[in-house]
Amino acid sequence: MSACDRGILDPVGPVGQAEKTILINSTAIMLAIIIPTMVATIAFAWWFRRGNSKATYLPDWEYSGAVEMVVWSIPALTIMLLGGIAWIGSHDLEPSAPLKSAVKPVRVEVVSLDWKWLFIYPDQGVATVNQLVVPAGTPVDYELTSATVWNVFFVPQFGTMIYTMPRMTTRLYLQADVQGSYDGLSAHFSGDGFPGMQFKAHVVPPEQFTVWAQSARGQGRTLDGPAYVELTKPSSYVRPMTYGAVAPGLFDAIVAGRTAQLDLPQAAPPTGRATAKPPGG
Amino acid sequence: MLGKLTWDAIPFDEPIPLLTSAVVILAILGIAAWVWRKGWWPYVWNEYITSTDHKHIGIMYIVLALLMLARGFADAIMMRAQQSLAIGASQGYLPPEHYNQIFSAHGTIMIFFVAMPFVIGFMNFVVPLQLGVRDVAFPTMNNVSFWLTASGALLVNLSLFIGEFARTGWLAFPPLSELEFSPGVGVDYYLVALQISGVGTVLTAVNFVTTILKTRAPGMSYMRMPIFCWTSLASNLLILAAFPVLTVSLALLMLDRYLGFHFFTNDGGGNSMLYMNLIWIWGHPEVYILVLPAFGIFSEVAATFSGKPLFGYRSMVFATLAICIISFMVWLHHFFTMGAGANINAIFGIASMIIGVPTGVKIYNWLFTMYGGRVRFTVPMYYLIGFMLTFVLGGLTGVLLAIPPVDFVVHNSLFLVAHFHHVIIGGVVFAIMAGYTYWFPKAFGFMLDERLGKAIFWCWFIGFHLAFMPLYVLGLWGGTRRMQHISDPTWAPWLNVALVGAVIIGLGIALTVVQLLYSIKTRDQRRDITGDPWDGRTLEWLTLSPPPHYNFAVLPDVHGEEAYWTRKQTAIKEDRLIDEPDYKPIEMPINSPTGVICAFFASVCGFAVIWHIWWLAILGLIGAFAIFVWYAWQDEHEHVIPVEEVRANARERRRIRMEHLHELSQST
Repeated sequence: MSACDRGILDPVGPVGQAEKTILINSTAIMLAIIIPTMVATIAFAWWFRRGNSKATYLPDWEYSGAVEMVVWSIPALTIMLLGGIAWIGSHDLEPSAPLKSAVKPVRVEVVSLDWKWLFIYPDQGVATVNQLVVPAGTPVDYELTSATVWNVFFVPQFGTMIYTMPRMTTRLYLQADVQGSYDGLSAHFSGDGFPGMQFKAHVVPPEQFTVWAQSARGQGRTLDGPAYVELTKPSSYVRPMTYGAVAPGLFDAIVAGRTAQLDLPQAAPPTGRATAKPPGG
Repeated sequence: MLGKLTWDAIPFDEPIPLLTSAVVILAILGIAAWVWRKGWWPYVWNEYITSTDHKHIGIMYIVLALLMLARGFADAIMMRAQQSLAIGASQGYLPPEHYNQIFSAHGTIMIFFVAMPFVIGFMNFVVPLQLGVRDVAFPTMNNVSFWLTASGALLVNLSLFIGEFARTGWLAFPPLSELEFSPGVGVDYYLVALQISGVGTVLTAVNFVTTILKTRAPGMSYMRMPIFCWTSLASNLLILAAFPVLTVSLALLMLDRYLGFHFFTNDGGGNSMLYMNLIWIWGHPEVYILVLPAFGIFSEVAATFSGKPLFGYRSMVFATLAICIISFMVWLHHFFTMGAGANINAIFGIASMIIGVPTGVKIYNWLFTMYGGRVRFTVPMYYLIGFMLTFVLGGLTGVLLAIPPVDFVVHNSLFLVAHFHHVIIGGVVFAIMAGYTYWFPKAFGFMLDERLGKAIFWCWFIGFHLAFMPLYVLGLWGGTRRMQHISDPTWAPWLNVALVGAVIIGLGIALTVVQLLYSIKTRDQRRDITGDPWDGRTLEWLTLSPPPHYNFAVLPDVHGEEAYWTRKQTAIKEDRLIDEPDYKPIEMPINSPTGVICAFFASVCGFAVIWHIWWLAILGLIGAFAIFVWYAWQDEHEHVIPVEEVRANARERRRIRMEHLHELSQST
């Protein structure tokens, strides 16, 4: 069925795969309880209809310890089982936890803008807009923030989505194993240009990723202060583009709300940085 | 002089809001003129607008809810049409700035001005009757509550014609709702309207908690209260605890917008995460504020139409209170994807699932209420069975969303949209329609048309599934909500099915109007003179339909859990009523224009605050306060109904009941 092998049901990495498994297992566990309940609803209502002289009428039957025991136990046991799944799943799939892999993660800094995505590759010294390029089979360490209102970074076939929030950073590790181009989007309403805030995520072989980064480096535009200010102007449905150089410390400056200082020849080192953890959490 | 208000505020260049406003204004004027010509103004003024009778206030709430349902549904069908049209190269017929207002208004109106007034309307009408008392604890305040709610509804609808509504979604998350990103008056309309109606809602809760705790018929101990009273108590306790949080969150946002504070702004040390937490500390209990009374309605329906007491009454009470408490401990599940950490996510996820346990118990208790019963397939029973079949699946997707790793891929998606419509339509709306059909004869003395009622049920049932099942699929594809434009053309067939579903629901709403008009027209053939048309079990069926202002000539003595049923069975067995009691004159609260005048000034004040017309805001505030001072200075708050009138009415009532009783005795 073509309806069932798309989006989060067709994951291309370990995170999405694990989440799909939990989704399907939990659904199956609950359906095992719910389908009999639905059948019983129809069966009881029909059998005990007023016109049915064969059904016994128990006008005062309003309590049964045994039945009460069973009706509390069924949902309680189900929820204990699912609660276990939730507990283990939350820990195994905690977005900020590094993935188990022998391969060194690639770092990507993600910034949501009105209304497009900026991806900075700090180690490669390049940046892209609305175009995410990641090596296959390699964990990617995303650090995310927003230069505007809240958004959510989401590539359905990769798995876990996460908020991008102004003056705060979130952390997300994902990995994609299957080469190809995948749809990415903002999954949190952010204003008039929101539906155009989509991007393509390209999963390429690791060697090709290295080649791509090297060939992009030093080519084309530079993402410096003025270019960044230009980029922050609201626009939607923006075509993918690549910057061959990025002002150092741009991401940290965005998080700190000090992008104005990038107009100086040398970017000032940022100070004071909020984290995504709530106080005490 | 007029603050930010200029002629530009009126959308002369946008035909849709302009035309709608014109039609609505003409309709209101037309109805007002018609009532005037018929000479009904004194009746409407005395019996409804200024009434302190809980039954009439309840009816006004439900009328308000029905009107707002039409508005909220108009928004819904426009959204569905836009999403079916704006696919691929087409941008549809609604630009983003208009579409974004529509989905924000749809959510705000459906929750605050449809679901809430319906539920509060039923509580108003039913709770004092079921408790066997004459009115709520604070009858004039009850009237004030209603009018403040209506004032909020008025302001939200005024934004259609003057200015704009919020474009931020129904919870107005900052920083999007801050001045920096939403400089217009839309968010101010949202904030002010909800603040005013919020006061009304809190006053309602004060009123009902007091009524249920302090004024019950003699002998009605807590464990003898009908389950609808229990769920109403739980719901009102939740309002008391949760709505002040809403008031504070909105007030902080107002301080940001009006006085340049920095609670939730990007700069100045603001933190928008705080708002997210605060608003959901209100927002999650709000779900249960709506659904608990819905469960109460279904419990009454299940018992009545199965001809049996509710199975596991004590379990039901316990489950209700468990939901009431746990619902305050789950708010974080609305933002698992914020990165709070594994322990926090897991704990809140499990707490959310635990709510599934008492809810599941309730489903089984309704099931076993039918077991061994004589089930009558009336319209309310259709809704109960439809609800049980629908709600379990909505619960399933809810538990899925409560599992953090699953939420990580469906958070904020169309899957979520499908889920909450699944439980709100399948739970709350079905209950509202069941309650509307069930208590209509009590309110007006005649039954609603049964055939049309069943047709309406099928429209909701089929329409709901067609409208929202496709959204589950699109959500699993990764589709998110609030999209003014859809890039992927393969979504089209699913969105078109959803549109068809919405049209079918619309047909159901239209048929509800037809059913009402047709039933009024043929009311003489569908009169219920017995006061007990469904063979009911609770005290509201003891009195006349419609009940007299004072409800009961003498407050009923309650023995056992099913006060009226026990009494009725004894009477049938002995073929006689209880001995005629000693009638006494009855003191009832007099009418008061306090509510409507207060709400008038509150609306003026609110409008002025929205448009920064400060002198008018101060005048409005003074006016709203002055009416309370005036009210406090009144000496007379009650009038006495003479004993002769009470006795005459009661004797007539006894005669009818006696006849009805003979019929029942002969038939058994």
